[in-house]
Amino acid sequence: MTVAFDYTRSTGPVIGRFLTGLRDGHVVGGRTSAGAVVVPPLEFDPVTHEPTTDFVEVSSVGTVTSWTWVPEPVKDQPFDRPFAFALVTLDGADVPFLHALDVSSPDEVTTGMRVRVRWAAERTGHINDIACFEPVAALDEVEGGAGGPDRARPQPRNEAATEQSRSGDVPAAPVTGVVTRVSLDYDYAASPEESLFYRGLNEGRIMGQRCPTCQKVYIPPRSACPADGTPTEEEVELSQTGTVTTFCIVNVPFLGQKITPPYVSAYVLLDGADIAVLHLILGVPADEVRMGMRVKAVWKPRDEWTFSLENIDHFAPTGEPDAEFDTYKQHL
Amino acid sequence: MGKQPAAIVGIGQTHHRAKREDVSMAGLCREAIDRALADANMTLDDIDAIVVGKAPDLFEGVMMPELFLAEALGAAGKPLLRVHTAGSVGGSTAIVASSLVQAGVHKRVLTVAYEKQSESNAMWALSVPLPFNMPVHAGAGGYFAPHVRSYIRRSGAPTHIGAIVAAKDRNNALKNPYAHLHNEGTTVESVLASQMLWDPIRYDETCPSSDGACALVIVDEQTAASSPNPAWIHGTVMRSEATTAAERDQVNPQAGRDAAAALWKQAGITNPLEEIDCAEIYVPFSWFEPMWIENLGFMPEGEGWKLTEAGETAIGGKLPINMSGGVLSSNPIGASGMLRFGEAALQVRGAAGEHQVEGARRALGHAYGGGSQFFAMWVVGSEKPSN
Repeated sequence: MTVAFDYTRSTGPVIGRFLTGLRDGHVVGGRTSAGAVVVPPLEFDPVTHEPTTDFVEVSSVGTVTSWTWVPEPVKDQPFDRPFAFALVTLDGADVPFLHALDVSSPDEVTTGMRVRVRWAAERTGHINDIACFEPVAALDEVEGGAGGPDRARPQPRNEAATEQSRSGDVPAAPVTGVVTRVSLDYDYAASPEESLFYRGLNEGRIMGQRCPTCQKVYIPPRSACPADGTPTEEEVELSQTGTVTTFCIVNVPFLGQKITPPYVSAYVLLDGADIAVLHLILGVPADEVRMGMRVKAVWKPRDEWTFSLENIDHFAPTGEPDAEFDTYKQHL
Repeated sequence: MGKQPAAIVGIGQTHHRAKREDVSMAGLCREAIDRALADANMTLDDIDAIVVGKAPDLFEGVMMPELFLAEALGAAGKPLLRVHTAGSVGGSTAIVASSLVQAGVHKRVLTVAYEKQSESNAMWALSVPLPFNMPVHAGAGGYFAPHVRSYIRRSGAPTHIGAIVAAKDRNNALKNPYAHLHNEGTTVESVLASQMLWDPIRYDETCPSSDGACALVIVDEQTAASSPNPAWIHGTVMRSEATTAAERDQVNPQAGRDAAAALWKQAGITNPLEEIDCAEIYVPFSWFEPMWIENLGFMPEGEGWKLTEAGETAIGGKLPINMSGGVLSSNPIGASGMLRFGEAALQVRGAAGEHQVEGARRALGHAYGGGSQFFAMWVVGSEKPSN
């Protein structure tokens, strides 16, 4: 499964100043109370703890102070080909910062080599506005021109910006936020007890297990009973009918929601089980669902079955009289 | 050697808002920290150790935020601890900080808790589909609404009790300049008329989603001597239990009952309803006020709502609850527990401003989290504890 979200970061005034600089094609550092120029600027001074307010534009050319080679880049790294990560101290700064260095083999990297910023074609106020660093000497050889800081001057980032800079007196608004996409891929490994449960669902059966210590029947079965830590053992096939212990009617739409509201999310205590499972109630208007209502599992067509509780499409009323409160009150 | 006395001498919080786009996470924390330090008449240089808390990392998508925050929190060269116990984390963070002082490890500990909910979406973060499960989850409201229904059924409470709580807390918030919601004119009728979100929980009975932080300075007896109004810690307790277990009581959880019993014993309290002057209780959905009144032992099981219905939980009542407006009016999740703890301390220091309970000498701060499975609570007093 994948869990992903576009996080909206507030940069605050200090990091915002740095990112505004990148967007506009220059690198901004911050001067600490001890006089050192740090890139990116520190939000708060390490000695006085005051917010950083003394900003300094540094060169886009600097010196590699250390580096490491990335022979096999992984997803979302700056390049899909081998490259170096380098600590670069820009001219005018006192401490290095980390970025990618675009060279084709580790033989082309040395500590002490001179590198310059390669600006991204389109800049938005993000650390990736610096596409990477590139060797100064290599460029000079290829292009045959003289090196030097002037070479690193940024190109206009896009036509709109060019137009704006021509009109001169309308600076773009400072950067106050960045969007950071986080995406995590998970492989879920089911325990032996869970496997029993999910394989059962694949055969149209609801399998629980009884805890050998407290005798409670768990669905799904557990590798450790919450009451005593014992793995549940004895297999118990549960009934397809049960009782709604309690529920809510979800009227709220939200990002990532799988079921269109309104819907009834209910705890269903299957006959023979000692713990309720959350499921969906259909086949009855939401406002007619009751605590104690008797319901039965309604399965999806067999050809849609996987290894999930979603094989049961929903629970629907059986039409039996409601269960007495006393029969399920200890499950609330 | 027993526990050393410890006291809160500095309390700071941010102005809580839906979106604090003007500050970074570090800036948000520092806003609360700088106010707490100013209140304590200290600077970061006076602090021995820092304890930081916040709720699940998925809320901001930053794993181990304490790493990048260390410098901004003034932790360079000092011990820095991060605490996490879901929604109760603000409370448990304050307890960890106080333990460092009570154990004699440090003399002056700064603790801060925060959440910047605007960086993501808590509803999404709390509803990530679990493999193989039925995707009926719908955030915290969807989780707690069935248990609220169970409480109403078990207690026989009239269905407007939740609205009484919401109207009270929203009106209390009008007296708190830091509160997120300042909804003028909230009445029981207007709450009952608001949209049903997670039946039986209505829109106005639900906490907002806030950006905010809270910080406390907790010190030893010697340091507290120079404070004009220290809030002394009379007892601290944390308890946990399983989220799901056969026949687990989700309305009146065992861990909460055990924690409260231990807390009253520690604080030398035999009748909490008579001996506690006011309480800040973690009530993210209105019905949790009567539920926790019972769980905490202020009233017998099934009768918590009677205290609410009688108006006794309003300022001026027998047991004012959530004078600040509570979680229902400001909910920076990670900070919400510490705000309860801090507001309790403000009350016994006589420093709660417009929402001060007259003559408050002993107050409860309470937080819970997860699926009602983590509990953290403390009692603070204007007098040095005798035990």
